[in-house]
Amino acid sequence: MAATDNKELKVREKQELAQPAEQTRPGVIFTPSVDIFETDHDITLLADMPGVVPENLSIDLRDNTLTLEGDIAPVDAPQEEMVYAEYSTGRYYRQFSLSEMIDQAKIDAQIKDGVLRLSLPKVAKATPRKITVKAA
Amino acid sequence: MIYRSMYGVPAWRVRRPFYELDRMQRQMDRLLDAFSGQGEGRISAGVFPPINLSEDQENYFIRAELPGVEAGKLDIQATGQSLTLSGERKIAEENSGVRYHRREREGGTFSRVISLPGDINAEKVDAELANGVLTIKIAKAEAAKPKQITVRH
Repeated sequence: MAATDNKELKVREKQELAQPAEQTRPGVIFTPSVDIFETDHDITLLADMPGVVPENLSIDLRDNTLTLEGDIAPVDAPQEEMVYAEYSTGRYYRQFSLSEMIDQAKIDAQIKDGVLRLSLPKVAKATPRKITVKAA
Repeated sequence: MIYRSMYGVPAWRVRRPFYELDRMQRQMDRLLDAFSGQGEGRISAGVFPPINLSEDQENYFIRAELPGVEAGKLDIQATGQSLTLSGERKIAEENSGVRYHRREREGGTFSRVISLPGDINAEKVDAELANGVLTIKIAKAEAAKPKQITVRH
């Protein structure tokens, strides 16, 4: 999509998560923006998670449910006083249901500049075999 | 029973409207607070990217979330009391033939002027981009720094 190149970016409010369950930890939770696309061999997911370092990211896949959870380190600056704030920070959380079988052993995840790239290879299906019936 | 309710009704009618109005007034005040953003302490300039501005004795700090923006694609210019932040966020093109399920991430250019509350030292601006979060540290001009004044006696 080369057409996006000259487009001016607009402010988009970070989407706060409607909490599915009562939280035991304080703080706001956001749903990251994602791109998901697939080819014949794999599903790729890109997620914007600024402030998340690899150690604080957890990716969980079980029963065809993929869960992304990213924790951010709070700004450690006790001397600073807030003048004004246009965005707030918090954890990221999002779940997806996958309809394809994923080859768990070949999952690959990378996070760079706050963008997660997750590659989920599909399980190679058994190749269809034609059965010929011999006449007795 | 009848006697009591006959007395009760007029009294209720007189008192009730004012009580309702009072309550509505208070609700409206609260709503307006919430809309103007004061309730949460968040405001929006409507320009990308949203920033957080903080300060200490010596510096101003501007933070912005810019996931997927390379440091080389950012341009920061500082003048007397303002700072211009512009750049581009590129969404890498994927191979043709991929089928999309979700497409929420956006690419494009941005440019924003940020006015700071006081004069800055344009020579001392330091910017760092880590994990998609930009932090700009701007030294305050000598005149803008708070001074401790001792009272003579």
